[in-house]
Amino acid sequence: MQKIGVFVCWCGSNIAATVDVKAVAEALKSEAGVVFSTDYQYMCSENGQAMIRQAIREHGLTGIVVCSCSPRMHEATFRKTAVSAGLNPYMVEIANIREQCSWIHKDMAEGTEKAIVLARAAVAKLHKNAPLTAGTSPVTKRALVIGGGIAGIQTALDVADAGFEVDIVEKAPTIGGRMAQLDKTFPTLDCSACILTPKMVEAAQHEKINIISYAELDSLSGFVGNFTATIRKKARYIDEDKCTGCGVCTEKCPSRKGLDDFNMKLNKRGAVYIPFAQAIPNVAVIDPEQCLKLRTGKCGLCQKVCSAKAVNFEQKDELIERQYGAIVVATGFKPIDASAFNEYAYNDSPDVVTSLEFERIMNAAGPTKGQLVRPSDREHPHEIVFIQCVGSRCTEDAEKGKPYCSKICCMYTAKHAMLVREKYPDVNVHVFYIDARTPGKNFDEFYRRAVEQYGVDYIKGMVGKVSVEGKKLHVQGSDLLNGEQVHINADMVVLATAIEPDPTARALGTMLTASMDTNDFFTEAHPKLRPVESPTAGVFLSGVAQGPKDIPETVAQAGAAAAKVIGLLCKNELTCNACVAHANEAACNGCSQCERVCPYGAISYEEREIRSPEFRGVRRIAVVNEAVCQGCGACTVTCPSAAMDLKGFTNSQIMSEVDAICR
Amino acid sequence: MKYSYYPGCTLKTKAKDLDRYGRLCAEKLGIILEEPDNWQCCGGVYPQGEDEIATKLSSVRALADAKEKGQDLVTLCSACHHVLKRVNHDMKQNETIRLRANNYLKLDSPYQGETNVIHYLEMLRDKVGFDNLKKAVVNPQTDRKIAPYYGCLLLRPGKVMAFDDPEDPRIMEDFIRAIGATPVKYSQRNECCGGYLTLENKKAAQKRAGAVVDSAEQAGADLMITACPLCLYNLDANVPEGSVPVQYFTEILAEALGVKEEV
Amino acid sequence: MSLTNQVTAADILRISGVDASRCMQCGKCSGACPNYDEMDIPPHRFAIMVRQGRITELMESQAIYRCLSCFACSQRCPRNVEPAKLIEAVRLTVIRQKGQNHMKADSIPEKLDEKLPQQAIVSAMRKYSK
Repeated sequence: MQKIGVFVCWCGSNIAATVDVKAVAEALKSEAGVVFSTDYQYMCSENGQAMIRQAIREHGLTGIVVCSCSPRMHEATFRKTAVSAGLNPYMVEIANIREQCSWIHKDMAEGTEKAIVLARAAVAKLHKNAPLTAGTSPVTKRALVIGGGIAGIQTALDVADAGFEVDIVEKAPTIGGRMAQLDKTFPTLDCSACILTPKMVEAAQHEKINIISYAELDSLSGFVGNFTATIRKKARYIDEDKCTGCGVCTEKCPSRKGLDDFNMKLNKRGAVYIPFAQAIPNVAVIDPEQCLKLRTGKCGLCQKVCSAKAVNFEQKDELIERQYGAIVVATGFKPIDASAFNEYAYNDSPDVVTSLEFERIMNAAGPTKGQLVRPSDREHPHEIVFIQCVGSRCTEDAEKGKPYCSKICCMYTAKHAMLVREKYPDVNVHVFYIDARTPGKNFDEFYRRAVEQYGVDYIKGMVGKVSVEGKKLHVQGSDLLNGEQVHINADMVVLATAIEPDPTARALGTMLTASMDTNDFFTEAHPKLRPVESPTAGVFLSGVAQGPKDIPETVAQAGAAAAKVIGLLCKNELTCNACVAHANEAACNGCSQCERVCPYGAISYEEREIRSPEFRGVRRIAVVNEAVCQGCGACTVTCPSAAMDLKGFTNSQIMSEVDAICR
Repeated sequence: MKYSYYPGCTLKTKAKDLDRYGRLCAEKLGIILEEPDNWQCCGGVYPQGEDEIATKLSSVRALADAKEKGQDLVTLCSACHHVLKRVNHDMKQNETIRLRANNYLKLDSPYQGETNVIHYLEMLRDKVGFDNLKKAVVNPQTDRKIAPYYGCLLLRPGKVMAFDDPEDPRIMEDFIRAIGATPVKYSQRNECCGGYLTLENKKAAQKRAGAVVDSAEQAGADLMITACPLCLYNLDANVPEGSVPVQYFTEILAEALGVKEEV
Repeated sequence: MSLTNQVTAADILRISGVDASRCMQCGKCSGACPNYDEMDIPPHRFAIMVRQGRITELMESQAIYRCLSCFACSQRCPRNVEPAKLIEAVRLTVIRQKGQNHMKADSIPEKLDEKLPQQAIVSAMRKYSK
């Protein structure tokens, strides 16, 4: 028979206002096995914990029930208290009389009655508790970073500088991501490539960093500290080790139909190409959709001109299997498809462009060599209209768009407007905006400079329609401050399209069992206190994959994610979950159903000799790998013969709780 | 292919062309359009008030009649199509309207939005197929530059009408290509013609219609086509003399199918 | 004849089914409105004035008769507010009151011309009178 102590917490007035805590403590005294019962204002305080320790020692308690807040909050606290008084930590049960009781009831009598019932259930369960010991598992001291944009690069650099190996898996042929496509960066207007390229080079030259470009995560198994990843390295038809990046093949390639992704498809490129001059690795790649040799078997000109003999049409996808202790998701974003917004004539006119397209047009290495010209006729524009919030801040039930603010558009539009006015003072610039959102260091000053110093015409209101009228774009919108409908005959219109997570994020989230919100942004473990960790242990978040953010924020978060990774990789072993599944060999009939439902691959089978009064002989029995099992309980509810049980949450413990509630 | 066919009042009077060419072409394409015996006027405008029940009943009657026959309901007039489609959507989605309308009508079995309402153009696209239509053309309209006028009622609200991309529609352009002509794209094709404002404020209506016709002319159209009698009126009567002419799409279709002279 | 019945924001919500507080005052509706020049109160103000309960002013406006019901505002609204429904609801609260028909049947003959389709008359009567 257990000797049980019950400790009822007031939580100030959080519990005591709706639950008569003294009545609860009193009622529990008459429960079988309860030898001590009391209440206290803050059980989690040092005094409260001392009270628990003292009672354990004085009354020789074998287990305790704490009636308090959710176990998510303080279970760990009270387990430590119990351990310090010589109890096994799993001899502690929490009755949640706050979140599930006092906070949701208004009537004191009802609240008190429910609290007593919850406490009784915890006592009933505790009678069947047994001391548990958690195992340990080793930690593989290598990190996997998925995505090689500024977020992934920064995380990789910080982890590698701490002395751990890092692999960056990047789906594009080069690292650099979106930042590589930008012309200038706000609020300092320094050149994006000038500050990014050194980081790319540093990553490439770092002895602890291994860049696996043109590759994607194919599958993943394992758990925190012990992940096994299979990475698919796509065939680029070029031997990376041999290619010198001389670019002769890209010049000779006769195909000119492929659209240049790096330049937002604004110009054509050859079937064999190097994404941009500073690409890392600086190695060519062949687009199999465009390559004449791969499509028809004829051509092969690139192979003939390559002095390094790097072209290999026989190359196949390659699968790489590696172990990792931690995984960082840094998959970034893309702008939404603007073709759904033809009220702004995006489909009707090439002179209506997205902001990222405009970024390429303004860039010296872009399709127009940095000359601001209209895509339709390459003429210099005189009137440019910027439209903000295209597809941002739309309700879920609206026909299109995203419900969130994309956060970066106000600032990059101010940047674009300023750059245009700086370089071409003859161009009139109008910005239609809903709210100018500029919280951030030196951000509002930057926006005001666009208005005051550069004379950008900010118009508060949205555009309702852009019409193509001959060579002009007729922009009809609201000027809410003047109470007018305004009409502008523009030469170019730039749409600040919302950003959304990279399309690969959803499948990756499923593979990692990492939770995501309805917009496919990865969810953090706690929105305030654990912002760079996924709820899935060992998975960390860096950059826009978690939510819209600008470069300074991304870099800060990338460093934070790296700190968390380093904290994990510093450990030699991790304590496992003690509440794991196990099979009762007398009841297991080896049907394999548990193995099929286990999401962690923790269950296997072995032939075991059984010698029991009912059965003698060899039987196929389920065996749980305790280091892999996460204690989800899927196997226990699936098992048709009730042979699977979860330690700490056994079928009989749960039935005892139910019986106590129904008593 | 057999459909219930709801012509609407205007097609029985001022817009006889829209109706008779529509019927002739359907016949030529092997489609049987069955007009219900006792349809009533849809009201011309969709009653947007959630507490407007009586004004939605005539539409429900036509919809329930088609349900009884087990037929899709084909419409030609944009306004009728708009009203029937939106009332049908209410009967499917809005519990209060559904309950109250059925309480009034006391049908043998309650109507719950079961009927599929399709516009004649959708019938050509989805049931006949523009490829098949192209094959049936005997007088391809090769030299014509036609500006399709969508107006408001076929397209909006996009979620309910589910007719085409409300900001970038293509069904009429595809139709024009099928009859051998060249579609002319212009910005005002989905902006209002002035509608019933012609009775309340002639000048404002003229301004709207003028903007639409002007935009089509600038884009090089020699003909405009529409599916709506009121649009046709505004684009014809409320614009300066000598503007680009406007026709019902069924008339040019009849010409292409070689059945126009039969009228 | 003057308006006799008081109308509240709650009435407009009930009739229109539109929650005007969802409007973020971006002005896309008024930017889209093809009849803006004739609207003494443009669509975005319908949303804010309904929210503020200024229904009487809306009932006395000309805009309720000048809205074309072209649904450009509703279609393009990023918050699915549907200003056209708000305008219609306000108009209904006027024409449902005694003596408030905006268009009288007697006035129709003088408006007719040879080509005017029935649809126009039916629509106008539905919009402007009860």
